[in-house]
Amino acid sequence: MNDPQNHIDSDKTAKPIIEIHEMHKWYGDFHVLSNINLQVQPQEKIVICGPSGSGKSTLIRCINRLEEHQRGQIIVNGTELSNDLKNIEKVRAEVGMVFQHFNLFPHLTIIENLTLGPIWVRKTPKKEAEEMAMMYLEKVQIAEQAKKFPGQLSGGQQQRVAIARSLCMNPQVMLFDEPTSALDPEMIKEVLDVMIGLAEEGMTMLVVTHEMGFAKSVADRVMFMDEGEIVEQNSPDVFFDNPQHERTQLFLSQIL
Amino acid sequence: MTEATTAKREQLKPPTSNVGLIGWLRTNLFSSWYNSILTVVILLFLAWLVPPLFRWAFIDSLWNSSAEACRDIDGACWSVIPNNIRFIILGFFPEGQEWRPLLAMALLLGLVIYSKERSRWKKSLAWLWLINILIMGSLMHGGILGMPVVETSQWSGLPLTFILSFFGMIVAYPMGILLALGRRSQMPAIKTLCVVYIEMIRGVPLISLLFMSSIMFPLFLPEGVTIDKVLRALIAIILFTAAYIAEVVRGGLQAMPRGQYEAADSLGLPYKHTMRLIILPQALKIVIPPSVGILLSVFKDTSLVVIIALYDVLKTTMVTLSNPNWAGYSSESYIFLALLYFIFCFAMSSYSRRLEKELHTGH
Repeated sequence: MNDPQNHIDSDKTAKPIIEIHEMHKWYGDFHVLSNINLQVQPQEKIVICGPSGSGKSTLIRCINRLEEHQRGQIIVNGTELSNDLKNIEKVRAEVGMVFQHFNLFPHLTIIENLTLGPIWVRKTPKKEAEEMAMMYLEKVQIAEQAKKFPGQLSGGQQQRVAIARSLCMNPQVMLFDEPTSALDPEMIKEVLDVMIGLAEEGMTMLVVTHEMGFAKSVADRVMFMDEGEIVEQNSPDVFFDNPQHERTQLFLSQIL
Repeated sequence: MTEATTAKREQLKPPTSNVGLIGWLRTNLFSSWYNSILTVVILLFLAWLVPPLFRWAFIDSLWNSSAEACRDIDGACWSVIPNNIRFIILGFFPEGQEWRPLLAMALLLGLVIYSKERSRWKKSLAWLWLINILIMGSLMHGGILGMPVVETSQWSGLPLTFILSFFGMIVAYPMGILLALGRRSQMPAIKTLCVVYIEMIRGVPLISLLFMSSIMFPLFLPEGVTIDKVLRALIAIILFTAAYIAEVVRGGLQAMPRGQYEAADSLGLPYKHTMRLIILPQALKIVIPPSVGILLSVFKDTSLVVIIALYDVLKTTMVTLSNPNWAGYSSESYIFLALLYFIFCFAMSSYSRRLEKELHTGH
């Protein structure tokens, strides 16, 4: 068995919230993701790193079907992702996603950005949705901006709003696709602080990032991807102090 | 050191040549030798053109006289307008019933003006429109409350122009949006249908569509079945306009960043909500300027219905001019008509600019 994935002990009693079996994805002839196997336990925090073009963003985008996989299985919270639109929408409602470029809705105010999902997907009454939105805005410390439009906020503030928008859906899992790489350096910390807080509350998180400090302090597991494969995954101390693979060593030597 | 610099900077004033009348003249009219020449040439041209025009239009002109009195003057005979205003505006609408189209038009304009405020865009406004359209229809057609029936063949002049352009826009716009969405659909059948429709209609002049609707189309109908002529013209205008709106809207949809779709998808929003709440509000805002361009040309192109013998406001004016008494005063009549069209077009375009400003959210 050619399995490069040295599994670490995780709580085997809990049912994994995300299961990926022998998943492959191609862009045309290009094999972006090759034989991905991954199990994520509830409350687990996984940081995915790797050189650009390694398929790490594509992997997490497959989990909420922003990208389609061609072979293998992805099961999220008991629902298998297939072409069934109902299943896809169900999974998406359970999986929050934070994008590199925030992707807030510029024509809606901050509070409207937050209540949109609850009102139209969860069918929450408007008043209730607004109360919840204010609670989450408070949590990301941006409640005073509720009536503004995204264009009037700084990058760091927008990203915090984007996190709050995902949280309003009460997701089981949060996916972060390079959440800090479009930010000015002085704003990275405010976003990471929100993410750390979230991790401490026990959110299941998959984070694609180059913030190795965050990985060291928050991750249960750090995963290195290269050329569409999961090359190595391990607990952060092992991963950073004693990387097993040559490619991981090379990558770490370049970014640390 | 820095404090000294800031203090100095606060005291600095712009150079005098850039402010005041002389500064303005210098920067805008005489900034270089060729601009100076252009300015002088244009001033000479205006000096040659404006005084005689002014004299013709205002000094030597008559405003409210008989046709005979106009024979003896060199200036404009504006009298042609008040003397024929009833026919120009209302055409063949029966004598004694003039209040009906006038009231209908007043209702329409009133409601348009009322609808300008975005805060009033609610469900109740849609009902208000529906009720008003029914009232306007009954006013025009009659047959109830003791109002004699007026066949659509007698609808003419400005009410006809309003009916054709207003309903042309109102129906064509949503239809164009659906066509644009259809053209971007993943489903091949729907996509092909929309592409074929849009390209076919855009490949044909409006005049030929009007001809088809008025001459060819009735040939295919079973005997005894007729569809109202005004309605047929209206359908031709709607079909034509929708194809153009579709392409403009498609441009707006294409300008939307993929991240907006992805953000909506990642919330689990179904397609219809994504379009209605996220994509279309932004895309339609982007395409306000070209959409208004199309709506303006619909308004003006309704005058093409003269070729299928409908008497819109342009045709009623032409009929007035065929009266031997008033035959010589086409300049005056057409200037009046141009003003009429201009007022409505200008109102539309300035409203669209205001709307654009209101919808701007600082991104």
